Formats: sequence, C-alpha cells, structure tokens
Amino acid sequence: MSDPFLAIRGLCASIDDNGTPKPILQGLDLEIPAGEVHAIMGPNGSGKSTLSYVLAGRADYAVTAGSVSFKGQDLLAMEPDERAAAGMFLAFQAPVELPGVNNANFLRTAVNAVRRARGEAELDAMQFLKAARGQAKALSMPEDLLKRNVNVGFSGGEKKRNEVLQMAMLAPSFAILDETDSGLDIDALRIVAEGVQALRSPTFSALVITHHQRLLDYLVPDRVHVMARGRILRSGGPELAHQLEAQGYAGFLAEAA
Amino acid sequence: MPAVAETLNTVETLTQSTYKWGFESDIEMDMAPKGLNEDIVRLISARKEEPEWLLEWRLKAFAAWSGMKSPDWSKVGGHPPIDYQDVHYYAAPVKKPGPKSLDEVDPALLAVYEKLGIPLKERAILAGVEPDPDERPQIAVDAVFDSVSVATTFRSTLAKVGVIFCPISEAVREHPDLVRQYLGSVVGPSDNFYAALNSAVFTDGSFVFIPKGVKCPMELSTYFRINARNTGQFERTLIIAEDRASVSYLEGCTAPMRDENQLHAAVVELVAMADASIKYSTVQNWYPGDANGVGGIYNFVTKRGACRGARSKISWTQVETGSAITWKYPSCVLQGEGSVGEFYSVAVTNNRQQADTGTKMIHIGRNTRSTIVAKTISAGRSDSTYRGLVRVLPKASGARNHTQCDSLLIGDQCGAHTVPYIENRNMSAKVEHEATTSKISEDQLFYCRSRGLSEEDAVGLIVNGFCKDVLKELPMEFAVEAQKLLQVSLEGSVG
Ligand SMILES: Nc1ncnc2c1ncn2[C@@H]1O[C@H](COP(=O)(O)OP(=O)(O)OP(=O)(O)O)[C@@H](O)[C@H]1O
Ligand SMILES: [Mg+2]
Repeated sequence: MSDPFLAIRGLCASIDDNGTPKPILQGLDLEIPAGEVHAIMGPNGSGKSTLSYVLAGRADYAVTAGSVSFKGQDLLAMEPDERAAAGMFLAFQAPVELPGVNNANFLRTAVNAVRRARGEAELDAMQFLKAARGQAKALSMPEDLLKRNVNVGFSGGEKKRNEVLQMAMLAPSFAILDETDSGLDIDALRIVAEGVQALRSPTFSALVITHHQRLLDYLVPDRVHVMARGRILRSGGPELAHQLEAQGYAGFLAEAA
Repeated sequence: MPAVAETLNTVETLTQSTYKWGFESDIEMDMAPKGLNEDIVRLISARKEEPEWLLEWRLKAFAAWSGMKSPDWSKVGGHPPIDYQDVHYYAAPVKKPGPKSLDEVDPALLAVYEKLGIPLKERAILAGVEPDPDERPQIAVDAVFDSVSVATTFRSTLAKVGVIFCPISEAVREHPDLVRQYLGSVVGPSDNFYAALNSAVFTDGSFVFIPKGVKCPMELSTYFRINARNTGQFERTLIIAEDRASVSYLEGCTAPMRDENQLHAAVVELVAMADASIKYSTVQNWYPGDANGVGGIYNFVTKRGACRGARSKISWTQVETGSAITWKYPSCVLQGEGSVGEFYSVAVTNNRQQADTGTKMIHIGRNTRSTIVAKTISAGRSDSTYRGLVRVLPKASGARNHTQCDSLLIGDQCGAHTVPYIENRNMSAKVEHEATTSKISEDQLFYCRSRGLSEEDAVGLIVNGFCKDVLKELPMEFAVEAQKLLQVSLEGSVG
C-alpha cells in the first residue's frame, strides 16, 4: 500500500487547564485516503474541534503522543502557515473577527502567501478581484462582505460562507469543515455543500465535522466516524450517520464502555 | 566679554569652513563650548545676524527657562537624568564621529533598513556612517545637490501662488514682519521647560506662509524627507494659513534615524485664520536605542495649533514608533467660532521604550468641535501612556468633543495607560470619551496563520487593522510606508 494521504496514529493531545494538562485526544486513529470525504460525528465536548485545531497547528494544544503524516510529511513538525501552504485548510467552527482588516485584502494576502509558498505566480489586484467576486457569487454572498472587515458584524451564516469562500480561493488539497453547516439556512446549506462538492476530485479530501444528517445528504461521505472521549469509537459507511440520527449516541457509548 | 568674542570667533571659522566644503573634516572642530548661558544665546543670535527684537525674545525665554525645573525622566525606565549643561547649543554642523562603516552599526538597525527596502547608500547616511575620506566630497555634494535642486523646483512652483516655504532663519531675514507677528504667538517663549529651551536656542526649522484663498499646490513633504537627516536638535516650525488658505505638511521619515543629538526639543506652531485648514502629519521613527534602550533619542516636542478664525480647521496626524522617550501633546486652541480640531495618533512602543503622548483640545469659541482618535500599541517591556485634556471654556456653547482611545497589548510585560482629563465649564457642551484595551489574541493570530500568513505578516495585519482609523488620515503614499513601518517595529514581539 502506498503512503496514505492523511494518517493519524495514536494521537494524544492535551490543553493547559489552569496549570494542569487536561487530556482531550486520547489515542485517536484515523486514515483518510486521497479523494475521499469523511465525516466525523460525536457528542459535544468529545474533542472534534480539538482534533481540527491540532491538525491545523494551533499552538496551545500540546501533542503528547502519536503522529500525523500528511502527504508523506510529518504534519506535526510544521508551522500553521506551512500546513496551509501544503494544502491544509480549516473552516473554523467559530470564525474569528479581525477588526479593521478588510476582508478582500485579507483574502488576497492569504491567497498570495500560499501561492508564493507553492511556487505559483501571485495574483494581481484585478485577477484576484475577478476570482473572488466569482466565488462570492457562486456562494450567493453579497459582494459588500468582501469590502467589510473580516467577519466583523457578519451574521452566523455569513461567517460560515466566508469560510467556504476562503476555502475555494486557497485551493486546498485537504479541508476540515468544523460544523460549517451549523447556523446555515436551508438554501445556504445546499450552496455550501455544492461548494465542497465542486472541489471533490481524486486530489482533494475532506473531513466534515457535523451534528446533522442533512449536510451528509448532499455531500455523501465515503466514510463516517463516531468520536467520543477523544477517540474514534466506530467507523462505517454513510449508513452509520443514519443510524446515529435514529438512535443517538447512547448505544455507542455504552457499547464502548 | 573676551570669552564670548573668542567663542564667536571659533564658531565663525568653523561654520564658514563647514559651509565652504559642505562637510567637516577635522576632529578639532568639535570644540564649540558646551552648556547654556546668556552669552551662548547672544552668540547664536549674533551668528544668525538676527534683529534686536529676536535676541530680546530669546533672552526672555532663556531667563524663563533658567527658573524652570526639568521634568524628571530618570524615573521612567531607568533613563539617566539629562545634563543640560553637557549639550552643545551651537555646534549643529559639527558632529561627533559616527561609525566608520556599516560593520560598526547596530545590526538590528541594519536589518530594519533592509526590511524597509532602503538602498545601501542611504542606509549608510541614515546610520550616520562616516564616509570614506576619499569619497567624502562626492557624497557630500550628492546629498547637497539633491536637496537643493529639488527644493528649488518646489520653490518656484510655490512662489507662483505666493506660498512662502523656507528655513526659519531665512524667514527672519526675508519676512521679518510676518515672523515677528506670529513667532511665539501660539507657543509662548516661557510655555514650558522644553519650549523655553527651544525659544532660547533654536537654529533650524521651517517657515510656511499660505496667503489668503490659496490652496497649497503640493504636499509640503518630499523636501523634508530628503532633508530628514538634517533634523535639528532644536527645530522651530511656524505655519500660517490666512483666510481660506489650506496646506498639508508632512514631517519625518519612516527610516529609523540615528542621531548624535540625544536630546530633541522642537516647537511647532500653527495658525489658521477664517476658513483655513492645516493638516500636519508626522511619521517619526527615531532610533529607540538597542533592546535595552541604550543610545536612544529623547524626543520632547511642543506642538500647538491655533484655530483663530471662524470655521478654521487644524488636524494633527502622527505615527510614532521611535525614540527612547517620547513626550508630546499636539494641541489645538479652538478660538474661532465653529472651528475644528482633530488629533489622530498611533504610538508604538517596543523593548524598553517609554511614550507619553496625547493631545489638548481647548474649546474657546462657540460650536467648536474636536475629535481625538488615539491608538497605542505596546510590546516587549515598553510602556505607553495616552494623556489627553479636553477643556471647554464658559463661552464655548455647543462645543463637542469625541475621544476614542484604544490600546493594544502584545505580550504580558508591557503596559498601556489612558489618562483623560475633562474640564467642561459650559452646560451645553458635549464631551464623550471611550477607551478600550485589548490584547492581540491567540485566536486572531492562529486564524491568520492557518490561512498561510507568517507570524510577522499576521501581526502586521492585525496591528494595521487596529490603526486603520488613524492611518487613513495620512497622505496616501505615506500611509503605505507607515503600514510597513508598524510591522517592522513589532517584529519579533510575538511568540
Ligand atoms: N482551553 C480549554 N481549557 C479547558 N478545557 C478545554 C479548553 N479547550 C477545550 N476544552 C475542552 O475540551 C473538550 C473538547 O472540546 P472540543 O471543542 O474539541 O469539543 P467538540 O467535540 O468540538 O464539541 P462541540 O460538538 O460542542 O463543538 C471539551 O470538554 C472542552 O471543554
Ligand atoms: Mg466543536
């Protein structure tokens, strides 16, 4: 078997909780082959966002054991911006506001930073605006969101769409969508799902964190994983999500205990 | 007084030879007497061939200064007390030998030049490197040639519309009535310790006069950027806009300046008559010293504008990143009915810098308005204080002030303080003050970095966002440089 696209093995991570390390990921194993979309579902507080942060390189989580290889590289040794350049993208569960920072300017700075790092030509102002406007339109985003400050005063749904816009512009090979569907209206959910669907290709993979079956109806995942207490408890096909929707987590948790 | 005569003589020879060659060559020239007394004041005035009234004016200032107490800066950051008798008050053309080559210059400073994209040759000039003796005349001539020719072109364009823009000492000779009428009319010769000192001994500075109804056809800026290296120790600037006149004036330089003169005490006076407007922008990046603050500049400036006429407007914009100690409060005296004062400021402190800046808005006339937007950014072990005074006098009915002070902290060893003073003596006036303090958050940094931005770019972006309301007040080309400057000043301050 060739090198897997993304391989997480025995990952343990903790966060500093008032001076004492609090373990959150506790021996997590997960493999995602190139071109596949996987979903993670799990109760609140099970560590899903933590996993996404650790993969994106957030410094306040201490990785205490395990490894992550991404396209043959040691992901955990890379800085967050190096990960972005290597093709990693995280759509945040709670996108961050940047007061005074123009959204288009931010996006262009980011796009050109990753293009530079990937050895691609930078986009000039015209090329960029054309591309950004096109993507914004495809996501039915009002154009004035590009002119406003990053996420400042954006509605919940607008923030999520802005994340998807960034994803489309940064052309990642691996995207983590952390509850991107939460807070979206029905139309937006379809639009966002189509946005991800459009990226689907043999060279693009995604990890979709969600609490709802609806997103998975549009974006039929190759695999579904159930996460609890910092570990993957069970993996299966798309039907696993339906089963969860019908039965809840209680059964799985009892089974695992 | 034979001592004076002798000194006068020495100085005369020195300045003449300096003038003749455009550069000084001998170490023995560094002989002008240190210290300040009445004789030195007389000597300066005589050397400048000044009229009697100006000498009197200087002497009065000196007498006032002699009776004043220096603010005690030794309390802040362990800076040693300043010995005012250990300063040359008339030795401006004579500089102590600088570093022999770029190899001797603080590498941190060189790195900054590189980041700002300053050409090699200019880096040496800015860092005060002594030119190679063989190349000396060449460099000196270049420098002089550049500024003189540019200045001349400017002057003819300006002269066509009647704008006067010249060194203050030239204005004393060529336009004595104007100077006499306005000099010290905004910042009196005994206004404060540093203003009195400046009034007694100033030698450099500029004079700007915009006649009635004239809109100055260019930003008065480029000239100064070229001449920025000659920033005097005791500069005196006087800008007058007559009725309906307007001007935008830019002072400073984004490149960090090394200067042998550790003490700087400038005075800037602005006078705006009816419907006139003066916009004064400063981008200042004086050498803050090394990481421990050693060798940094002390910058004590008195800047004040008088809105004398109805509906006149004075706007101060400043971006300050340099100096070991900064003490300045650009102010507006709003006398004319409906006149407007504005103050937009960004002050960045890093390492061990101390900044104490702010503004004073004095509302005298009816319906006068003022706006204050002050942003302070502190990193390292620095300390920054915003000190603002809004005073509304009894006759200022309908006066309005809005003050917004925001502090951004980077790291947890720095400090930011906001000290607003409000004195309102008119019931119909409205004074509003808002203040915020925030830390550059891990969330914001991580968000930017996860989008591919380096740590430095992320900090730069967030800081520039924080300062946007001020930066947008700067003339376009300078805004871009200022953004870059903010980023460079804060490099290495996170993580
Ligand atoms: N800074 C912190 N200090 C203490 N505990 C933390 C911190 N950050 C996260 N945690 C804890 O880690 C656990 C996992 O949080 P995480 O956000 O990863 O959960 P999640 O699976 O994404 O939940 P949700 O479905 O609600 O988004 C939670 O119990 C949370 O309270
Ligand atoms: Mg979560």
